[in-house]
Amino acid sequence: MLSLFVSVVRRDLLLAWRRRSDVLTALGFFLLVTSLFPLGVGPEPEQLSHIAAGVMWVAALLATLLSVSRLFESDEADGTLEQMLLSVEPLPVIVLGKVCAYWLLTGLPLVVIAPLIGLQFNLSADETLIVCATLLVGTPSLSLLGAVGASLTLGLRGGGALIALLVLPLYVPVLIFGAGALDAWRAGLGIQSHLALLSAVLLVALAVCPLASATALRIAQD
Amino acid sequence: MPEPSAPLLETRALTCVRGRARLFAGLDLTVCEGELVHVAGANGSGKTSLLRILCGLSEPESGEVRWRGQPARSVRDDWRGGMLYLGHRNGVKDDFTPLENLHASAAIAGERIADTVLLEALVDIGLAARLDVPARSLSQGQRRRVALARLLADTRSALWILDEPFTALDVRAVAVLAAAMAAHLRRGGALIYTTHQPVDIDAERRQTLNLDDYAC
Repeated sequence: MLSLFVSVVRRDLLLAWRRRSDVLTALGFFLLVTSLFPLGVGPEPEQLSHIAAGVMWVAALLATLLSVSRLFESDEADGTLEQMLLSVEPLPVIVLGKVCAYWLLTGLPLVVIAPLIGLQFNLSADETLIVCATLLVGTPSLSLLGAVGASLTLGLRGGGALIALLVLPLYVPVLIFGAGALDAWRAGLGIQSHLALLSAVLLVALAVCPLASATALRIAQD
Repeated sequence: MPEPSAPLLETRALTCVRGRARLFAGLDLTVCEGELVHVAGANGSGKTSLLRILCGLSEPESGEVRWRGQPARSVRDDWRGGMLYLGHRNGVKDDFTPLENLHASAAIAGERIADTVLLEALVDIGLAARLDVPARSLSQGQRRRVALARLLADTRSALWILDEPFTALDVRAVAVLAAAMAAHLRRGGALIYTTHQPVDIDAERRQTLNLDDYAC
């Protein structure tokens, strides 16, 4: 089962490497949106550092939403998804492998680039570290929840708009705890509780989302 | 003639509805080991829908599919492991070379097939000169061959379910494929396929299922 997981991750990473431009879309979107805020809101350092965590989190959320709808699209179009459904191997493990590769390609780069964005928003080193930590724990949940939306809307016309309606409400807890951590730290409350809650969301998502996604894929292919 | 063997796959009173149209009803089919089943019928008579039900991708409206004498749903792993389905879509990734494609699909299917076996299959089906080329620069027929090379490398599956396997293939590739099918049947495997091309496949036991007879 582990070897299946590893080979699915490797397959998707290799595919993405052959099509590098697709991967950069989400990252470029994140960079652009976060860079637009200082331009739009004005260069007031106080104000920028105040909205930084919220802006970065909302941008990360939208960047995920933008790319996650394509998670199963190419596999569905060329018939690979049929073979995945017919495999003796458990479908949730295949889904988990795909989501893992997807997160490595679109979630992790956001975490890595976040310190650079932090500079734009006048964040101190500690504050940047906090935002990075919450993104690191939170973005996998975004990917997992997005995968459920992607499989529910697979093959539908206008699936992109529908996935936003389905998934955005589910993103709310992740957004609240993710963006709230910085405010809590500034208020002297510490970020442990926020990180613990984000981890709890991730654990639940890890347990539930691959199964839900696999079930939705089976129904979509019927 | 060998004795009639235990049925591999059976259907009982299968009814298929697609959208608002009832495609076929009351379909009883028995497929034994070593048997060749040609599913015939006009366009839109439900050939593809039938094959998708037989491999478990779709649910029938009513009726039952049985695998080796038991309801197929209750022996799902055995059913999936004993069957190889190739549909209209090839399952071939444009960005992968033929060998990488075979590797990936074997991994997804949960099969461990040695590189040498996969390479041999690709050479046999006539892709020797195209081994390093990404599938995007292959022709339609060559892509089909990449997908079909899986059959040549397969020794696990008892039942092949092939939807229009001969589409886009040239005469030589059709001959290679027909020989592979005959070898599969001689090993005791069964084969269900659709085609609109008359192709001679060597088989001791064969039946033709004409879906027009079950149309509603």
